[in-house]
Amino acid sequence: MMKLKRVVVTGLGALTPIGNTIDEYWNGLVNGVSGADLITHFDPSKFKTQFACEVKNFDATDFIDRKESRRMDPFAQYAMVTSDEALKDSGLDIEKVDKLRVGVIWGAGIGGLKTFQEEVTNFALGDGSPRFNPFFIPKMIADIAPGLISIKHGFMGPNYTTVSACASSANAIIDALNNIRLGNADVIITGGSEAAVTEAGMGGFNAMHAMSTRNDDPKSASRPFDANRDGFVLGEGSGALVIEEYEHAVARGAKIYAEVIGGGLSSDAYHMTAPHPEGLGVVAVMQNCLRNAGLKPEDVDAINTHGTSTPLGDVAELKAIGKVFGDYAKNININSTKSMTGHLLGAAGAVEAIASILAMEHGIVPPTINHSTVDENIDPALNLTLNKAQKREVNVAMSNTFGFGGHNACVVFKKLD
Amino acid sequence: MSDIASRVKAIIVDKLGVDENEVVPEASFTNDLGADSLDTVELIMEFEKEFDIQIPDDQAENIATVGQAVKYIEEAK
Repeated sequence: MMKLKRVVVTGLGALTPIGNTIDEYWNGLVNGVSGADLITHFDPSKFKTQFACEVKNFDATDFIDRKESRRMDPFAQYAMVTSDEALKDSGLDIEKVDKLRVGVIWGAGIGGLKTFQEEVTNFALGDGSPRFNPFFIPKMIADIAPGLISIKHGFMGPNYTTVSACASSANAIIDALNNIRLGNADVIITGGSEAAVTEAGMGGFNAMHAMSTRNDDPKSASRPFDANRDGFVLGEGSGALVIEEYEHAVARGAKIYAEVIGGGLSSDAYHMTAPHPEGLGVVAVMQNCLRNAGLKPEDVDAINTHGTSTPLGDVAELKAIGKVFGDYAKNININSTKSMTGHLLGAAGAVEAIASILAMEHGIVPPTINHSTVDENIDPALNLTLNKAQKREVNVAMSNTFGFGGHNACVVFKKLD
Repeated sequence: MSDIASRVKAIIVDKLGVDENEVVPEASFTNDLGADSLDTVELIMEFEKEFDIQIPDDQAENIATVGQAVKYIEEAK
């Protein structure tokens, strides 16, 4: 059997509700900044939830030619901006690299929701004539983001989008890992983006009773593990990672952030949207991930949970961590950065993987903010990194993501030996 | 410049992101103004909307320059 190649992270990019670059994102994370505020993208006054974690002070034309940006839904604009930041950070010489060996594997849970909403609204308001814009479909489809990235740079390796709701970009990272492990590419730009803070997105999630309705205090609404949590807070943005075959990175003298040592996948096979109450699929995904990475539970220093701040999901996930890690679980720095960024849906896996990598880089685990009331259903021995960042030498960091539909994905990173 | 010509020009400048000075009657949407197949369809749709006319597909194929667009719209109005 062929020997699997080692895979490392060499570039990062972020556009998030708490910072529009990697440096700003990290500053937001360690300082416990909340990205939540009243919605500005549309008038939310008739909506049950009137706040979200929006990307702030972002004008696509600062980065993308006006004509090009007009052909892109915001989710694709976000992808272009973060992939550029990650590529620049990686120091990859785009003119010299073998472009047939560079791929783009992206994650998006929904895709161009704003575009879909606008086009369908136009149609509904018309006389029934199908006057759809020729850019409607290409702007909306979830796979256009990696398509656009490849067109910009001429990358001709594997190229597609993974769709598994809130696990989408973790799936993308795992597919990127496996493609490089198997020798199908030397470099893959991976990550995810989402831009669902629209009337359709907010209305749809509200109808599911999935989101917090704490309109009187948006900044404290995302409160994973707190007894008074009442749902997730919708976020938007993008995270991008350049991942690369180890020898390829070493040969060009690249800065290496961490090794991607494994990924796990599983399904709850239980309900369209509710998590399995005992977290059976979540137990399986972490076990699969550890096995895939060749790790023992005691090797893990930190877990960035899915931790969305929903009543059922948070408890089920922590129970699952207890089952997988046993008594050792209390030694792990567990956190949920969604307390700050909100839930970026298909981009969550990417921005949270980046948070894990930066925690290793800086030796600091970002906090789970907004915690004030203990939930009696949660094991008090667990270190949930509450309210303040904690200094911690992190050698191995795990990142969990779970999507509606029961899709679970878990990625694990390790400091380079 | 006629009212129609200036409105056509404004649409082209907006949709194709080109400079006003480039939008001359003989300029070809694809060869001179950088439009691709999707842009051309979008332009025709914008003309239809702006001038409240219908441009059938077989006629649209014959509108390749700024001047041809203005002429077609003037005759259709």
